[in-house]
Amino acid sequence: MSDQGMTGEVTGAQSLIKSLESAGAENIFGIPGGAILPAYDPLYDSRIRHILVRHEQGAGHAAQGYAVATGKVGVCMATSGPGATNLVTPLADAHMDSVPLVAVTGQVGAAMIGTDAFQEADIRGITMPITKHNFLVTDAADIPRTVAEAFYLASTGRPGPVLVDVAKSALQATTTFTWPTELNLPGYRPVTRPHAKQIREATRLMLESRRPVLYVGGGVIRAGAARELRVLAEMTGIPVVTTLMARGAFPDSHPQHLGMPGMHGTVAAVAGLQKSDLIISLGARFDDRVTGNLDSFAPGARIIHADIDPAEIGKNRVVDVPIVGDCREVIADLIVALQAEHDAGTTGDYEGWVKFLAGVKARYPLGYDAPDDGGLAPQYVLERLGRISGPESIYCAGVGQHQMWATHYVGFEHPNTWINSGGLGTMGFAVPAAMGAKVGRPDATVWAIDGDGCFQMTNQELATCTIEGIPIKVAIINNESLGMVRQWQTLFYGGRYSNTDLQSKRVPDFVKLADAYGAVGLSCESPDDVDATINKAMEIDDVPVVVDFRVHRDAMVWPMVAAGTSNDDIKYARDLAPEFEEDDL
Amino acid sequence: MSVHTLSVLVENKPGVLARIAGLFSRRGFNIDSLAVGPTEHPEISRMTIVVNVEESPLEQVTKQLNKLIEVIKIVELEEREAIERELLLVKVKADVETRSQVLDVVQLFKARVVDVATDAITLEVTGNSDKLADFLKVIEPFGIRELVQSGLVAIGRGPRSITERTLRPVPVPVPQAG
Repeated sequence: MSDQGMTGEVTGAQSLIKSLESAGAENIFGIPGGAILPAYDPLYDSRIRHILVRHEQGAGHAAQGYAVATGKVGVCMATSGPGATNLVTPLADAHMDSVPLVAVTGQVGAAMIGTDAFQEADIRGITMPITKHNFLVTDAADIPRTVAEAFYLASTGRPGPVLVDVAKSALQATTTFTWPTELNLPGYRPVTRPHAKQIREATRLMLESRRPVLYVGGGVIRAGAARELRVLAEMTGIPVVTTLMARGAFPDSHPQHLGMPGMHGTVAAVAGLQKSDLIISLGARFDDRVTGNLDSFAPGARIIHADIDPAEIGKNRVVDVPIVGDCREVIADLIVALQAEHDAGTTGDYEGWVKFLAGVKARYPLGYDAPDDGGLAPQYVLERLGRISGPESIYCAGVGQHQMWATHYVGFEHPNTWINSGGLGTMGFAVPAAMGAKVGRPDATVWAIDGDGCFQMTNQELATCTIEGIPIKVAIINNESLGMVRQWQTLFYGGRYSNTDLQSKRVPDFVKLADAYGAVGLSCESPDDVDATINKAMEIDDVPVVVDFRVHRDAMVWPMVAAGTSNDDIKYARDLAPEFEEDDL
Repeated sequence: MSVHTLSVLVENKPGVLARIAGLFSRRGFNIDSLAVGPTEHPEISRMTIVVNVEESPLEQVTKQLNKLIEVIKIVELEEREAIERELLLVKVKADVETRSQVLDVVQLFKARVVDVATDAITLEVTGNSDKLADFLKVIEPFGIRELVQSGLVAIGRGPRSITERTLRPVPVPVPQAG
C-alpha cells in the first residue's frame, strides 16, 4: 500500500492507513475496538508495524518515548469512548513537554454523534485544552489532508500532540485517496528565524554582563541544538544549567556544567541563576519548579528569553531581550555574532563569576549518606547503573524521588537519552515510554527507572514487551512507598504518613511478576550486590529484565527548595543551608 | 484594568468558538462581550471580543489566542480609530397614556419601533455602549419588560482592511527518511 500518488476507489479506512504511510509513520502503538475497527483491516497489510499494547495509556506514552528517542512523530491509535479517554493522560503529558505526537481515534458513526451512543465520548472537546490541535473527521474525503496537517502541526514550531478523531462512517465510506501537496493552515506560521536586531542586542548584553548563565531548557533538545549549544558555551566560557527537560543537552561531565536548577537542583545551578546578572534562557519557560517564588527569583538578572513559542516569552518573568525562533537557529546566530565581536577583540569578562561558581560547585557537590543499617541507598543504585550501562543508553523515568535521583546521579552526556514526564508529572510514564524508545532505537540499551508506585500503574506493558520482542530493562527503586509524597509528609506534615505506605516489598513479588510476564526478574538489596545485578541485567538482551532494587525507605531527595519559597532558601540536606562567600563576586 | 476590543479573524470551522471560549476560561480571562459573524470571505469568520484586563495579561491573551491554529489574525481596535456598534432590542411598557412619551425618546435616540402591542412597544437601537446606556437610563422609568443586547462589533476607520492577505497555503513537507 505504498504507491503514494495512486488514486481510484478506496475505503476511508484504506485512505487513513495510506495517509499514515505517506506521512512517514513506521510504528503505531494501539488497541483496536468497535469504532476504529475498519482501520485495523488495511493496517493488517500495511508496512507500518502496529504494536498491540495492553492499555491505551501505554500506547500514548510509548509513542512519546518513541518520539523523544528518535525525534520523529510518535503515533498511537485507539477506539472511541474509553479507548480515547485513556489517551487523555499521554496527550496532556505530550502537550506539557512539547512531544510530537499524533493520536488517531475512532469515533461513532457521524449520524450517531451527539446521541450518547455506545462508546461515544466527545474526545475532540475533551482534548481541546491538552492538544496543540485536534480534528474530527466525518467526511472520508478529508482524511488525507487532515492526517497531513496533523503530522505537520505535531512536528513543526513548538512540537506537540495532535488528535485526529475519525467517525466510523467515514472509515467505512468509499472515497479516493490523493496525498495533498499543499496544506491550508492560514493561522499557523511558526517563526523559526530569529530577528537580527534581537540577536545583536542579546550579544551586547552577553558581552556587557559579568555574571551570565545559560539557562537551557527542553527546547534545545527538541531543536536538536546540543552541538550548537556546546560551541556557544565553550567559545564564551559562560556557565550552563540544564533543566529537567534538558538533561543531556550539555554533557554532565563538562566543567562548565552546573547541573540541574530548581526545586531539587544542585546548589551551584540554583546559585548560578539566583546570583546572575544575565540569564540567557534557551528553550526554557521559567517554570515554577525552576524559579521557586517568582518575586525573589534571580533579582539582579536581566533576561534574554529565546523560544519558538512567543507566548512563553514574558509569561512568567519580564524579559529584556525577547527572541522568537528555533533554538538551533538562535544559537547559531549568537555564535556568529559573538565570533565577530571576538575577532574584533571584544570578549566577555566572566572570570570572577566562573571562579565563584566553581567554588560553590566544589563546596556543595551532590551527595548522600549511606544508610546506617547497611541498607541500600537509592542514589548509589542510580550512580552505578549510569556508570555500568553508560551514557549511550537511554534512561526513562517515572515521577517522584527516583526521577530526581536518576536525573542527578545517572550522568547524561547526550541529548534524547533522558526521557521523563517533566511538566505533567505523570506517574507510570517510564515502562511504556521505555518500550517506545526501544522500538525507535532497537540497538540502544533502554532502562526504565521506576518507583514501586509508578511501576504498578503501567507494568502491564511488560506483556507487550515480551510478546513483541522489545527487551527493555526496568530498575524498580523500591522504597515500598509513594516516596516523594512521604518525603513531604516527613518534612511538612510531622511524619504523619497518611496513605503513602505501599508495602511493595511484600506485595506484589516483583520477581514473580516479571516471571509471569515472561521477563527475567532480579532482586537486590545489598550495596555489595548492585554491580553484579546490573551486570547480569546487561547480559540479557532477548527478553525484558526487571530488577527490584529494595532500597532504604527513608532516603530523601536533596537539595530542596520548599514549594513556594525563594531559591535563596535552598537546603542541601535537611536543615543545612549553603553559605555563599559573595565577596568572591 | 482597562477595556480592550480585539478583532479576531478565525477559520470558519466547527468548534472554533468552543476553542476560544475554553481558552479564555482556562487562562482565567473574562470576556465582557463577544460577537461572531461572517466576513467578505466565506472561509473566514470574525469575532469581536471585548476584554477588561491589564496590559500584560492582554499580551498573554493575544499570544495564547494566536497559538490556536484556527486563529488567523488578531487586531486590537483602539476606540478612537474604530467604529463600534451594539444592537439593543427592548420591550417597554407603553399604553395610551405613555406611548407618545416613549416615541419622543425613540426620536431623540434615532431608535426604531419594530413591534407594537396594546400595552407594550418593542424598540431597536444601535450605537456604542455609551449611547445605549444613556438610552436605557431614559427609557427605564417607563418600565422594561424584556431586554436583549448584542455583543459589540467594531471596524477600523480608513481604507485599510484587516482581512487582506490572510489565506496562503503551505507546501506539505516530505517525511524524513529512515
